[in-house]
Amino acid sequence: MARVLILFAHPALERSRVHKGLLRALPTSPDLTLHDLYEAYPRLDIDVEREQQLLVDHDVIAFQHPFYWYSTPPILKQWQDLVLEHGWAYGSEGNELAGKTFIPLLSAGGGEPAYCSQGYNRFSVRELLAPVEQTARLCGMHFLPPFVVFGTHQLDAEGITEQAGRYRRLLEALLAGEPDEAERERLAGAITINGFVSRLASVES
Amino acid sequence: MSTETFFLQAFVYLTAAVVAVPLAKRFGLGSVLGYLLAGVVIGPFALGLVGAEGEDVMHFAEFGVVMMLFVIGLELEPSLLWRLRAPILGLGGLQVTLTAGLVTGICVVLGIPWQQSIAVGMIIALSSTAIVLQTLAEKGQLKSSGGQSAFSVLLFQDIAVIPMLALMPLLATEHVELTGDEHHVAEAWISTLPGWARALAVLGAVAAIVVGGRYLLRPFFRVLGRVRMREVFTAASLLLVIGIALLMTRVGLSPALGTFLAGVVLANSEYRHELEADIEPFKGLLLGLFFISVGASIDFGLIGAEPGLIAGLTLGMITLKFAILLALARGFKLGTDQALLFAFALPQVGEFAFVLLSFASQEGVLGGSITDPLVAAVAMSMAFTPLLLVFNERVLQPRLGTKTTDDRAPDAIEEHNPVLIAGFGSFGSTVGRLLKSQGIGTTVLDVDSDQVELLRRLGLKVYYGDATRHDLLETAGAAEAKMLVVALDSPETTLEVVRTAKKHFPALTIFARAFEWRDSYDLYEAGVQYVYREALDTSLRLGTDVMRELGFRAYHAERATQKFLRHDQESLAYLATMKGEEEATYITAARRRIEDLERMLGADLADDGLERDAGWDPETLREEFSQHPPRAAK
Repeated sequence: MARVLILFAHPALERSRVHKGLLRALPTSPDLTLHDLYEAYPRLDIDVEREQQLLVDHDVIAFQHPFYWYSTPPILKQWQDLVLEHGWAYGSEGNELAGKTFIPLLSAGGGEPAYCSQGYNRFSVRELLAPVEQTARLCGMHFLPPFVVFGTHQLDAEGITEQAGRYRRLLEALLAGEPDEAERERLAGAITINGFVSRLASVES
Repeated sequence: MSTETFFLQAFVYLTAAVVAVPLAKRFGLGSVLGYLLAGVVIGPFALGLVGAEGEDVMHFAEFGVVMMLFVIGLELEPSLLWRLRAPILGLGGLQVTLTAGLVTGICVVLGIPWQQSIAVGMIIALSSTAIVLQTLAEKGQLKSSGGQSAFSVLLFQDIAVIPMLALMPLLATEHVELTGDEHHVAEAWISTLPGWARALAVLGAVAAIVVGGRYLLRPFFRVLGRVRMREVFTAASLLLVIGIALLMTRVGLSPALGTFLAGVVLANSEYRHELEADIEPFKGLLLGLFFISVGASIDFGLIGAEPGLIAGLTLGMITLKFAILLALARGFKLGTDQALLFAFALPQVGEFAFVLLSFASQEGVLGGSITDPLVAAVAMSMAFTPLLLVFNERVLQPRLGTKTTDDRAPDAIEEHNPVLIAGFGSFGSTVGRLLKSQGIGTTVLDVDSDQVELLRRLGLKVYYGDATRHDLLETAGAAEAKMLVVALDSPETTLEVVRTAKKHFPALTIFARAFEWRDSYDLYEAGVQYVYREALDTSLRLGTDVMRELGFRAYHAERATQKFLRHDQESLAYLATMKGEEEATYITAARRRIEDLERMLGADLADDGLERDAGWDPETLREEFSQHPPRAAK
């Protein structure tokens, strides 16, 4: 059993077909917390104490957001800058997050092939996520490869439903328990976690 | 004196002031010297426009000194007085005792009886509060460390006058019968009491002022404040000063000391700035009159008869006092320039000497052979003070290559906050609370005396006063403040305050509360950069919450509101340019508001930028993807 916190950041969810679809598929569990950052802080005035308490209360921390300009929406950057304090999240005294699991949950406009050295995005999603990955690691968290919904520009309703089902299975697997060391070892080099969702689900159940 | 004679006298004095003071200032000599010279010119020994009655005028004009001490008292909160305790007691105490002791010693050596020597010593130890403070304030040197030290010494002297007056009867060598003389000190009923009882009465009167000022005056002013008539308050301020002066005279004490005490007692009160502004013009005029009459009273006849004696006395007093002052200044670690300023400011003998000298002769302590030359020498020493200060400033200081002002402890005399808030209702108080939470000092003015009382009980620094008066803004520190927040609840008064502030304190940045579009235009037109319509943010916040309850995303509602706010400001600026066109026709206020609203609504509909955010909503990108799939994505 693991408690999962999704830090959700979408500045215009009302216009997002993909994220609305994903959120509809969220498993219902007392151990799952969806924290809608733009709804909580429309003026970006992050309540640091509250955020830190939320982090302490969960085992798996997820960022869920559209991959705007290869990065997070600004509120998530603001969140990182303010919440991950020195002496709390990192530094010789800062170990409140140590041992937790971290995973990005992204939607990307381009298709998966576009995210490689030959594609027009020239880098893989994992490479482009380097700042987030390093942030998680500096805080002593186990970084899992990102879950990515690719090609959202071309995704039809059916495709979204399919992606939402994978998203739900991944979260159910994480709620059942964090990946152990052996599992993390297997995932270490993967660009995304997309291909491992079924496997994870079967292992945990 | 007939009415015509009175007006003629007034005409002579006012003309002298109006001509001499600008001339003296033109040559950089300061107003005090101008007044003194004007007095000499119209006095009995030059033009002879004023004669024997000059003496009466001087007694009348001494009241300016009384008022000045009241104002000084108002500026001296007990806490500030406490902070200045070391220079007041140390520097002031040493100056008075050293000077009095040395002069007494010299007199005894000269063969004068010891009682009279002590009396002369005490009198010469005092300096002129009127001349020194007026001159230093004019030169802007009151806040330098030299100026502060001079102020401290003067304060100690002013306090020391009480025991001196009490001591004087005990020094009498002969008992004099009460003659019913015209001098006010002699009229006191307690003159009939034995010496020790008089000393006791003096202390009792002082206690009465302190207690009365603390517990009776504030409720009194609060009731008057409710009337909201400026002249009633002015009348009450004058009444207070005159009343105390009368009481002091009755018990045979210096009125100046009494009003100074009352001032200190009221320094913490909310009426401080208002009282100061009310008394200030009277004080200025009377002080000017006082300086003129000092000039007119200089007895050139006596000086002509005994030039050696008077010159010797004057020079001797100044030199001795100067030497002691300089030594003390160095002992108290003042820099060379500040020590010189200090020593050049205080070597004269002051106006209290006139009071003490007549009191001493009334009491039979000193005879005419001593007091007459002393009065002449005291007047001469006062006349020389502005010249000495000019000499110090123009000749000495430039050679030393030092500056005459320094910036140490700039706010020791008055409180100077960076922000002034006019109006402390719910609007102003919210601003004040926010600023206070960030440790930003604010000085607050409000005209609702009940509100002021309540806020002060809650521990806030709020003063009673009408911010449309530039003199009140001045005493509240508008010249030094950086920001002025106008949070009054009437558009007319707001505009009045803004215009006053723009005119007299152009350096202030003004933040004004506005009410609707109309008065916002007026404020922009008056040159205010920061205008806040009071209902705008609140109604927008309410609108935002309505949107959220309807199911809109919080961030969408927030952005929509911010965008609307921007659009609204632009519309306002645009409408402001159209304002003039319709002024010709008469339209009622209500009708104008409806027309404004119509225009605003029209502008809202015309602005298609209110509904955008294409960056998050790549419809165009999706279209492009469906028509031309990217090369690399195949």
